[in-house]
Amino acid sequence: MTRLLLDDLSVSIDGAAIVNELALAVGDGEVVGLVGPNGSGKTTALRCVYRALRPSDGAVWIDGQELTRMPLRDSARVIAALTQEGRADLDFTVEEVIALGRAPHLRGNQALSVRERELCREAMARMEVLHLAERGVLSLSGGERQRVLVARVLVQEPRLLVLDEPTNHLDLHHQIRLLSMLRGAGLSVLVTLHDLNLAASACDRLAVLSHGALVACGPPAEVLTEELLREAFGVEASVVPHPFTGVPQVLYDLGTATTMKGNPK
Amino acid sequence: MALIVVLLAGVLAVSVLLAIGLGSAAVPPGETLRFLWAAVTGGSITAEEVTAYQIIWQVRTPRVLLAVLVGAGLSVVGVAIQAMVRNALADPFVLGVSSGASAGAVLVSATGALTALGIYAVSAGAFLGALLVSALVYLASRGAGGLMPLRLVLTGVAMAFGFQALMSLIVYFVPDGESTSTVLFWSMGGFGAATWGALPVVAVVTLVTVVALRRFARSLDVLALGDETSVSLGVDTVRFRRGLFVLTSLATGAMVAVSGAIGFVGLVMPHLVRLWVGAAHVRVLTIAPLAGAIFMVWADLVARTLVAPRELPLGVITALVGVPVFVLLLRRRGYLFGGR
Repeated sequence: MTRLLLDDLSVSIDGAAIVNELALAVGDGEVVGLVGPNGSGKTTALRCVYRALRPSDGAVWIDGQELTRMPLRDSARVIAALTQEGRADLDFTVEEVIALGRAPHLRGNQALSVRERELCREAMARMEVLHLAERGVLSLSGGERQRVLVARVLVQEPRLLVLDEPTNHLDLHHQIRLLSMLRGAGLSVLVTLHDLNLAASACDRLAVLSHGALVACGPPAEVLTEELLREAFGVEASVVPHPFTGVPQVLYDLGTATTMKGNPK
Repeated sequence: MALIVVLLAGVLAVSVLLAIGLGSAAVPPGETLRFLWAAVTGGSITAEEVTAYQIIWQVRTPRVLLAVLVGAGLSVVGVAIQAMVRNALADPFVLGVSSGASAGAVLVSATGALTALGIYAVSAGAFLGALLVSALVYLASRGAGGLMPLRLVLTGVAMAFGFQALMSLIVYFVPDGESTSTVLFWSMGGFGAATWGALPVVAVVTLVTVVALRRFARSLDVLALGDETSVSLGVDTVRFRRGLFVLTSLATGAMVAVSGAIGFVGLVMPHLVRLWVGAAHVRVLTIAPLAGAIFMVWADLVARTLVAPRELPLGVITALVGVPVFVLLLRRRGYLFGGR
């Protein structure tokens, strides 16, 4: 079953096409990774899904409903997003920030139910931030803050998770933990990742964007080829199967970065 | 939390009673209470008490009540504006409202316009000036994604300079004593002109503002997480920010029109309250109106008694008392707003 459908999504800002007729589906329980070089339109595409941006053309469908026809609160109950936005303005406690993930489900200032508080505790335990519950979010390190924000999107209980560079600031342990949790959660996930090896291990399918257009899409083993890395990312690299899992892994050789096709000189 | 509210409400009630009694002609609290009771229930007083009664009921009571309302109002508006423009330095006057009000007031008193409104002419001029500035700031700060926080602050500051210049120009060309004192009153603020007549309007405005803002406490929390995050949590930032702008502009305009631009309270009370009860708006917006009201009642009392019978400008007191307290508290606690 298709959970999310990007139907020839286009975004142009001031006449420049940032995303160009992107067609992509995320199935129920599927983890889809959006990869591509800087400025390829990954974040812009995600912003259309969590509704910070209206597509210039095309549409985003969630469970058969067109997104712009849904009230913002209704879509927020179905789609949770981890944005690249930095720190909060105010020094909320970790607990308070995570509880705000319930905002779309609550009316006004309605207090959290017992079940919802338990949900928050579970999410905190899952992201290993329980010991920080009383801490102010502004005093956290980048990695701690990122884990708090992931806990916040988890308590939103969405059917689709949209994550923009969720591994930012995370140490290796928490990167692996987060991605293996995503795999195990049974949620539909659309995620952008810079690390292609992590992306190949964590995602059912990879969609490669270049200059706002989809250039490849499919299981990591089919998509991650040396030719694609050269064409889309401008690197000469070797792709070898992982010795245990068989997932394609990219090995880089420094000094082989080529000039990117189509880049302004 | 409930305990703090009850406690603060008690402190406020006692402060109001004391402030009504104290002044150049002090009346003991018991007497004060008896006069107030007589006024409310239509009871009788003796002939020699009439002067004291007049002072209590006609002069001091409306004045102290106005201080309560404006102190509460400025504090909650400060909380909302800091969230709206995402800036720790913002206060109710950051969007230029106070200079618009001063210019409007001076223009009315210099030209004698709006005479049909009688004693309310200058206040009406101030209110209209405040609204004009708000409208200009609104129009200049609109972008594709609604009102832009930083642009709001920048336009507001620029407008403040513009309207200050305009005001100076009027004073320069119409140099009578009247407009100079009008300028002083409107830029420092004070409750010397308080009457029963102006109270109901301010009471309604303050009450509506406090209740409305508190109702949207969780949305204010969400807004502080950033605009993109807000949208993903179902808060329409464009509409919400527009609503906040309209509400806070009207409230600030109404308060400035009756009491001038009383500085500092709207900037510092939000921070002090956050230091005390944390950042969550549902708590901040419960405590801030009470704390602001108490502070304002005492500041006004000091302003009119310290060098009695002369009266100090209220803005001087709020700043002289507020600044050291604020700086000390900031240093003592690890208080963070948007950064270290």
